Amino acid sequence: MANLINIKKGLQIPLQGASEEVSRGSVTSEFVRICPEDFHGITPKLAVKVDDRVKAGNALFYAKDHPEILFASPVSGVVTEVERGEKRRILNIVIKADSEIEYEDFGVKKVTSLSPEEIKKSILDAGMWFLIKQRPYDVVAVPDKQPRDIFITGFDTAPLAPSYDFILEGQEADIQTGLDALAKLTSGKVYLSISTITKSKALREAKNVVITEFSGPHPAGNVGVQINNIKPVNRGEVVWTLNAIDVALLGKFFNSGHVDLTRTVAICGSEVKQTGFFKMLIGTELNSIFKGNVTEGISLRYISGNPLTGRKIDENGVLRAYDSQVTVIPEGDDVHEAFGWASLSPKRYSAGATYPKYNKKFRLDARLMGGPRAIIVSNEYDKVFPMDIFPEQLIKATIAFNIDKMEQLGIYEVAPEDFALCEFVDTSKLEIQRIIRTGLDLLRNEME
Amino acid sequence: MKALKKYLDKIKPNFEEGGKLHWLWSTYDAFETFLFVPNTTSKSGVHIHDARDSKRTMIIVIIALLPALLMGMYNVGLQHYMAVGLEAGVFTKFIYGLLAILPQIIVSYVVGLGIEFAVAQVKKEEVAEGFLVSGILIPMILPVDTPLWMIAVATAFSVIFAKEVFGGTGYNVFNVALIARAFLFFSYPSKMSGDQVWVRTRDTFGMGGGQVVDGYSGATPLGQIGVTEATSFSEVTFTGITGQPLSISDMFFGFIPGSIGEVSTFAILLGAIILIATGVGSWKTMLSVFLGGIFTVLVVNIFAKNAVMEMPPLYHILLGGFAFGAVFMATDPVTSARTEKGKWIYGFLIGLMAVTIRVFNPGYPEGMMLAILFMNAFAPLIDFYVVDANIKRRMKRVTNKV
Repeated sequence: MANLINIKKGLQIPLQGASEEVSRGSVTSEFVRICPEDFHGITPKLAVKVDDRVKAGNALFYAKDHPEILFASPVSGVVTEVERGEKRRILNIVIKADSEIEYEDFGVKKVTSLSPEEIKKSILDAGMWFLIKQRPYDVVAVPDKQPRDIFITGFDTAPLAPSYDFILEGQEADIQTGLDALAKLTSGKVYLSISTITKSKALREAKNVVITEFSGPHPAGNVGVQINNIKPVNRGEVVWTLNAIDVALLGKFFNSGHVDLTRTVAICGSEVKQTGFFKMLIGTELNSIFKGNVTEGISLRYISGNPLTGRKIDENGVLRAYDSQVTVIPEGDDVHEAFGWASLSPKRYSAGATYPKYNKKFRLDARLMGGPRAIIVSNEYDKVFPMDIFPEQLIKATIAFNIDKMEQLGIYEVAPEDFALCEFVDTSKLEIQRIIRTGLDLLRNEME
Repeated sequence: MKALKKYLDKIKPNFEEGGKLHWLWSTYDAFETFLFVPNTTSKSGVHIHDARDSKRTMIIVIIALLPALLMGMYNVGLQHYMAVGLEAGVFTKFIYGLLAILPQIIVSYVVGLGIEFAVAQVKKEEVAEGFLVSGILIPMILPVDTPLWMIAVATAFSVIFAKEVFGGTGYNVFNVALIARAFLFFSYPSKMSGDQVWVRTRDTFGMGGGQVVDGYSGATPLGQIGVTEATSFSEVTFTGITGQPLSISDMFFGFIPGSIGEVSTFAILLGAIILIATGVGSWKTMLSVFLGGIFTVLVVNIFAKNAVMEMPPLYHILLGGFAFGAVFMATDPVTSARTEKGKWIYGFLIGLMAVTIRVFNPGYPEGMMLAILFMNAFAPLIDFYVVDANIKRRMKRVTNKV
């Protein structure tokens, strides 16, 4: 019987445009782009040159400090371009995709008969290691550090987030294989968190893992919140984190011997005319889905991911590596709302009670809705931060980069995404996720 | 509105970098964002934001202050016409009060906002809204007869030395409005206490002139009990300015002499309801101030040796600035404790200190101001211990494991 943890703090932002649970087929694009900046905490070194031919599963690049971490190409084809930015930072690796994908054959493997080292090496060689992240620092896991435990979240509570039940349908075998593989990688336990409304049998009846059930609003689905409530990370410890979708990708690799980075992606948001789920590879260009399917005549914000933690892309953008959701909302830079501070408009949404409550779904745009200020209002972050941590004090310590205080206040337990709701409700409009991200990166430089 | 937006866009280049009015950029920005919600969109992090901003928060506080302000204005007129022995209608009394107080509010806003705008310009920041509340609080906690130049000096002093030198709104240690009052209290005691300052006996802009009636005394009830010769509370009768006895309802609705904002506990209660319902003011702080005050009064009552010590809790709450301080001053999020547990301790100690000062120091019949300023200084210490408990728990987890 699973333990039940009830998360009370948090916020479910009522947004318009949740995705219909309908499969709308597959999407492919002529070019596939991989953005190394998706994989936080590594410095990419190219493993291919322009005009090289790759198969799906061949490495495009590797981590400078850990050359064993390879990053797989999701398609077969020819590398046509390496787009670089300032200081020759690699922005995109562009591959012209074959019409029929040719997979590198890694051979079907029976996980139960492999040693931990063999499993680790298989995942690394296949270029799929990036699916495993670590706390502290919320970066791609460092393979040579033993994780205390591995935490897997089996549901997503973010605004408009797709249901894992829907995405994982029919992948029961892959999930169990993935979980078995991960169980071998830690001397501790594998913790799988599910929601009280999770129906998927693959998750509910998963073996070889400790299942914890969660109920409550966002961020209950964030793995950081789950860790904090199950077994917090202490100084000097490392845990690895994944979500169940990525576990299934790993399982599929062992079961098929191919690197198949196909995701089932929800196209959602208030500006999407026809929402639904599409199957596509990581790095697929999205313009064919957007075309004719979004509101016209206003400026739009395209997001790979959810509206709280996703990345801003444009209408020619691609699906980013970790995302199972693409959201389109109004940009709002063409809106000039008069006397907003006095407004009682039912278009405005606030988590607090300074606006009248309307029981409806909202169409929110990307405006800050105010100017940046010093932190004034108290107890604002606490209400949406269900961890045994003082968020405001931790944010202040991070801004000041007081390492001792950051450690004492729990910096090793958090990721920027855990602060997304704090940033949403913030009256002072601070860029809290950026503050935490910068703090974690600086801290990692100091400590390692 | 469209034409206005067009006009703003047209003059905007003058204020931007290189424009000839660039030295007024902060001022322009303050007015533009006052009129229109800025259309800046998020650059990093979350893509959507809550509609609540600093302006909304401050406007709620001002709305919450309005009942107390309006009741205070009416009371200024009421006390005046009673003092000069003239009959007047409710409306006339209100207008008299309005005319008496409006110049004070204008002076406080002009001076305070002037400094805020200038500082924001120098620091190249947006103008913070904090002073919108402080600016209305300052006249509300002063006697009606405070000269305008004093309000100007005190406002300038507190905005510069209690706020801007610390970094502006959000960084100040002490409540700005209370520092203004404390500054005047210690610099010009004769204008801030006694029985001559609480009722305006002269005319205002030629309105309501007249001679003070016989038997007039402008002492506040707390002033009266502070100097009473009675040995027990049962012998004390609070009287109004013409010697009439004051009922509990007079004190509750605010028909007594006192500072503009503090007299009407009823209006303050309305404000408290607004602050709590919107979540802008902390009910924990408010409740704990009252609990701390009542607790202390009950303890003092047990060991009562004189009339002040015998005064029951209800009178402490109805009289003087206790309720006003609890609802509007103690809850200032910047200067109060910021942790939830800390707020209980912070509020309780304010109530305790306020009553202690009132009862044991007859020189300061009004203890609330000093109590809150005192606890402002200790709020970070309270928070430190609350947060430290969390830190200790985390550190223990590490050592237990080893």
